[in-house]
Amino acid sequence: MPDQEPDPTLDAAFFRRWLIATAAAVEREADRLTELDSAIGDADHGSNLQRGFRAVTAVLEKESPATPAAVLTLAGRQLISTVGGASGPLYGTLLRRTGKALGDEPEVSHATLAEALGAGVAAVAQLGGAKAGDKTMLDALEPAVTALGTSFGAAAEAAEAGAAATVPMQAHKGRASYLGERSIGHQDPGATSAALLIAALGTAAEESR
Amino acid sequence: MSVEKPVGIVLVSHSGPVAAAVAELARGLAGSGPEAPLAAAGGTPDGGLGTSSELITAAAAEVDRGAGVALLVDLGSAVLTVKTLLIDGDELPDGARLIDAPFVEGAVAAVVTASAGGDLDAVEAAAAEAYSYRKT
Repeated sequence: MPDQEPDPTLDAAFFRRWLIATAAAVEREADRLTELDSAIGDADHGSNLQRGFRAVTAVLEKESPATPAAVLTLAGRQLISTVGGASGPLYGTLLRRTGKALGDEPEVSHATLAEALGAGVAAVAQLGGAKAGDKTMLDALEPAVTALGTSFGAAAEAAEAGAAATVPMQAHKGRASYLGERSIGHQDPGATSAALLIAALGTAAEESR
Repeated sequence: MSVEKPVGIVLVSHSGPVAAAVAELARGLAGSGPEAPLAAAGGTPDGGLGTSSELITAAAAEVDRGAGVALLVDLGSAVLTVKTLLIDGDELPDGARLIDAPFVEGAVAAVVTASAGGDLDAVEAAAAEAYSYRKT
């Protein structure tokens, strides 16, 4: 279902709102993320992302990057240096590659963002050596990128559905892969947090209206 | 063989004690004579389990003598963080390389080889060779 509202201006302020909205969602859902991670991982996904996104919020309050790319690059760097777990380099790479693909424009189009996020997701897949179906964040991110061409709302729904679809999957990457078939029946925490990141695009858009 | 500019070695583990103990083991088995610069970057800065990009970049800078730095890693985020730092291009010294090798066995082979004056290619080959030694 396409958004009824027109697109907001996708400038540095929008990207800042996106990341701050993600940080708020991570704060709200940290316990749930850690609970999901305690089933198949090492029970630190919520607290790791909370530490990372608190650092992102702090740096964005202190500095004012002028372009969308600069916002994403700065935030990605914080995640890599503060998270401490695999989600740090993965989300850091996602944001920085997306930023790089946006170029140096002060504003980007919706189509440019969709394409750039696709490049960021491809970089994540390459870094982790994972593909859709491996029960990772890619299971939420890949459908979200496809749906982003339509609207932020469609992307959020696709990411949420992608995260839910990881429940019956067997993990092939990360700590959960050691569990083999015992990883089946649990929603992937990485796909769940990725859905929060995508949903925050819609929050950032609403806040501009 | 004298070691004019030895390859530096960084051991990146999820655990501070694991990285430190493997470094101690590798040093102990490296034999007498000049030893290649070696640094452990284990766990998070507050002593928890995980990977710290700060500890890794500091360790790499500490062991860099201009002949390259071999980074050996254990699990998950250690691998991904080093890969990410290498892709960045400016966080690690020139000639820094992620070595695909078993952590403990590879570390011993790397330190012995670097201490004997082997270059980065030789260090990488020696460490990677540890994969081919089957135990049963």
